[in-house]
Amino acid sequence: MSEMQLDSSPTTTGEEITNYTINFGPQHPAAHGVLRMVMELDGEIIERIDPHVGLLHRGTEKLIEYKTYLQALPYFDRLDYCSPLAMEHSYVLAIEKLLNVEVPERAQYLRVLFAELTRICNHMLNIGAHVMDVGAMTPNLWVFELREDCMNFFERMSGARMHHAYLRPGGVHQDVPLKLLTDIGDWVDNRLPELFGDAMSLVMDNRIFKQRNVDIAVVSKEDAIAWGFSGPMIRAAGIPWDIRKSQPYEVYDRMDFEIPVGTNSDCYDRFMVRVQEVYQSAKIIKQCLAEMPEGPIASLDRKVSPPKRGEMKQSMEALIHHFKLYTEGFHVPAGEVYVATESPKGEFGVYLVSDGSNKPYRCKIRPTAFSHLQAMDMMCKGHMLPDATAILGAIDVVFGECDR
Amino acid sequence: MAAVLHSAPRIASNEGVLDALSAALGDMLVSSKEEHGEIVLTVKRDSIEDALRTLRDDHQYQQLMEMAGVDYPGRAERFEVVYMLLSLTKNHRILVKCNAAEDTPVPTATTLWPNAGWLEREVFDMYGVLFDGNTDLRRILTDYGFEGHPFRKDFPLTGYQELRYSEEEKRVVYEPVKLAQDFRSFDFMSPWEGAEYILPGDEKAEDGGEK
Repeated sequence: MSEMQLDSSPTTTGEEITNYTINFGPQHPAAHGVLRMVMELDGEIIERIDPHVGLLHRGTEKLIEYKTYLQALPYFDRLDYCSPLAMEHSYVLAIEKLLNVEVPERAQYLRVLFAELTRICNHMLNIGAHVMDVGAMTPNLWVFELREDCMNFFERMSGARMHHAYLRPGGVHQDVPLKLLTDIGDWVDNRLPELFGDAMSLVMDNRIFKQRNVDIAVVSKEDAIAWGFSGPMIRAAGIPWDIRKSQPYEVYDRMDFEIPVGTNSDCYDRFMVRVQEVYQSAKIIKQCLAEMPEGPIASLDRKVSPPKRGEMKQSMEALIHHFKLYTEGFHVPAGEVYVATESPKGEFGVYLVSDGSNKPYRCKIRPTAFSHLQAMDMMCKGHMLPDATAILGAIDVVFGECDR
Repeated sequence: MAAVLHSAPRIASNEGVLDALSAALGDMLVSSKEEHGEIVLTVKRDSIEDALRTLRDDHQYQQLMEMAGVDYPGRAERFEVVYMLLSLTKNHRILVKCNAAEDTPVPTATTLWPNAGWLEREVFDMYGVLFDGNTDLRRILTDYGFEGHPFRKDFPLTGYQELRYSEEEKRVVYEPVKLAQDFRSFDFMSPWEGAEYILPGDEKAEDGGEK
């Protein structure tokens, strides 16, 4: 007990106040899903936090072991349902690394284009939710407009608003119409900067927003590294680490973009890193649209990616390939790989062990939120109870992914 | 090695890393290999903590990104614990492994990285691998009061218990799993490619069809 604290309180008729424990969640609007946090409080000061995760555990990794490589793909959409394409991305890259299969250039551009659109879509949700967690209503409604636009683009891309199953081993599922690409270009040029800029102008210099976020949960560089931070969390700590830049995959090495970093490593910096990333993603999208070549959208290796429908009507071999791919699936050489990509929330990795059959022997998914959420106790200690929502909002957790 | 065709993340070159790390780990190392562009170091279980400390302090692998358990029921020590290390400065990743059985605890890595705590809890929860020195080895992802270790290969996909809300008792009740239809496990082995199983009825041919 600190020296400042009285042994007896004047407001509780001399009764001594002891620490007490409360439950934050499992159902709480600021818990971003089903998170239960057991908080030990001293008055309004957080002494200890014990997050209980796993309430959304569905055994995805076990289910994947019983599915062929292609059948397992849609499970990834259901991990982080706010950025489904980023989840698929790590998985298909892991398969491709084991198969050592080449992805055509147009498919790589399409993947990067929609991965960045997913990043914008994800950040719209997180920025909006973070702002709302600390008390502002309007910006959330505005950025949700943009999220809705993204969803419409995704629907035109794959036919599904959330669970796309668009990336496939060897390429993407189908080509996109030209009108979709021009519409995205138009949106990135006009609507996104205007509406997003307006929404952010309400928040960025807002006094209340700053009071709730600046100097909250400051994490040193050393701590950020030791706790396994990644993504905006490590960049806010001032470490310019971005897998897209340092370990480029697909065509990211051709893209010209910058890595925003924070200076103070608090919740406000994490928020601002995400805001800046939206503009950087827009920049990448524009480059993709400008540079995207014509050509095939999936590998021509028929042992990996299926033939076109028209081809199947003509060619017996194509028909056999199609049949084999959708019943037995393809066999992946034995071995193990760990492939991590920069998902909007941080490093999303897939550790894939193959035994040479048509099903993964083991597929370990590295969720981004696991390390970040584990550091909740370290970050919250000594802060006030309402700060916990700001800290949680700045982590950007989604439990579909955290609990798998 | 075959040319790299895939477009997975390109880390710094593996050249010379395997030899350097193998030399550094010395007799802690059991085996090492480089396959599919991944460097995999298998370390003696008892010295895993020292090996990880050497890699972290002397070879700049600052971050423990992930830990995975893998179950190989055929082996004497059936579990593998895999540590994925990342070097921010060298821009490189390696996998470090050790083997474990149900009754042989693995030394904890929580002394090196604070985030190893939950990762070890997850491996314990899913596989039942024990970690010596982890002071908080509780279950993490499964239900409160769950029994068994669900990711083991001998644990059925459907599990043993199912739960539902009981209108009569006004609470959630746990019951043994009852399936209306058996789990459908297709086998995709092709007879044209030399499948290694006996087709139903083949066993009659073995004993010459005699009664």
